[in-house]
Amino acid sequence: MAGEKNVGLVLLDFWVSPFGQRCRIALAEKGLPYEYVEENIMAVKSDRLLRSNPVYKHIPVLLHDGRTITESLIILQHLDQVFPDTRPLLPADPYERAHARFWADYVDKKVYGSGSKMYTEPQMQTNIEMVDILKTLERELGEKEFFGGEHGFGFVDVALIPFTAWFESFDRYSFKKKSFDRYWGVKVAEVAPKLVSWAARCQERESVSNSLYSPEKVYDFAGMMRKDFGIE
Amino acid sequence: MSEPTVKLIGCFASPFVHRAEVALRLKGVPYELIEEDLSNKSDLLLKHNPVHQKVPVLIHGDRPAICESLVIVEYVDEVFDGPPLLPSEPLVRAAARFWASFVDKQFRESWIAMWADGEAQVASAREAKANLTLIEGQLPEGKRFFGGDSVGYLDIVFGGIAHWMEMFEEITGVPLLAEEEHPALCRWAREYTADEIVRQCLPDRDRLLAALTPKRDTFVSIAKAMATQK
Repeated sequence: MAGEKNVGLVLLDFWVSPFGQRCRIALAEKGLPYEYVEENIMAVKSDRLLRSNPVYKHIPVLLHDGRTITESLIILQHLDQVFPDTRPLLPADPYERAHARFWADYVDKKVYGSGSKMYTEPQMQTNIEMVDILKTLERELGEKEFFGGEHGFGFVDVALIPFTAWFESFDRYSFKKKSFDRYWGVKVAEVAPKLVSWAARCQERESVSNSLYSPEKVYDFAGMMRKDFGIE
Repeated sequence: MSEPTVKLIGCFASPFVHRAEVALRLKGVPYELIEEDLSNKSDLLLKHNPVHQKVPVLIHGDRPAICESLVIVEYVDEVFDGPPLLPSEPLVRAAARFWASFVDKQFRESWIAMWADGEAQVASAREAKANLTLIEGQLPEGKRFFGGDSVGYLDIVFGGIAHWMEMFEEITGVPLLAEEEHPALCRWAREYTADEIVRQCLPDRDRLLAALTPKRDTFVSIAKAMATQK
């Protein structure tokens, strides 16, 4: 990054956080240099994090010349607005932008919402919800190369791709009915094959492959979190 | 060539629909309001919002519908002329979006505080009041509205606090927004609900009370379910 202008961007983050990864991917797509700061949120939170995000005390936090912006989707939109000469994540047309915002919001509410229940409430109902969510996303993607459609890899792709590393954990941790020798998992490849192909296409982008961790690593982390929650 | 029509599927008792209506009215956009009975969802709603099956739903011309109140407000701001709703300065805009997201996330605490009972209610009431204090802190010094001298994005987003909270408190007897604890926010609520454009799409107080009061049991069971999911 020698010779590049320091635009004063600092990202407070946590390695496996899908929300943090959204920001890393966005910054890489835009070719923006920044300082990455690993916050060990599983231990004691740093003063800087607590000062920067007093309301939620969580990452990611973007510091831009010392001023804070929090919440990953807000950070992404902020980057689009203040760096208009970089690759935009949201399309220009207001209707397409609304469409993108709707689906990114869907990822937040549903994928994250239902996905995190995998660790706290592993039940048949959670599986059913997740299958429904995956099928909805599959329908929305349709035959498009990316959720961004004509715009290409964009806002919704960035919003969703970090969660794909958790798909394997969904399957392996999802509710397993032990009776009758039947296994009711959430096999993403069967439920949403287009989504799996889309994820592979995203992984071909350096911004994504440099930001995400292997499903194995995520699975190990998820296992650790489940112990913390007292599930196993 | 005439402008494409704007239709809004809504229901009069919804603070989320109110957001969409205020945004349209502030921009001077004529629209047709289609009243939805949420206990018996119409084909129109299911067709235009298959994902969430909720209101508000904005139909602009012949393009597929736009759903989710905050998404609608930003769309209305971007596509129609008229006074800007969102702040233009990037950091102020990011902060506005943050507080909008905050109020919707904290909706759960307020709901439990109003409708549940026992320890969950007490804890949620404490948190809900603290949240109101945080929101109150966003009022610009010496200004009537979160948007400054006129109604803006955050005023629209917080409209539910201004009008609905009082209704719920009257039904439940649980005071969350009180003059002694949140004097500036109470003053803002009066300013907001008195604004001549906002007033046009605020549900009539008595009619709203009459619609909400019989739903008490439903609201209580929703609150109890939320409390157990913590």
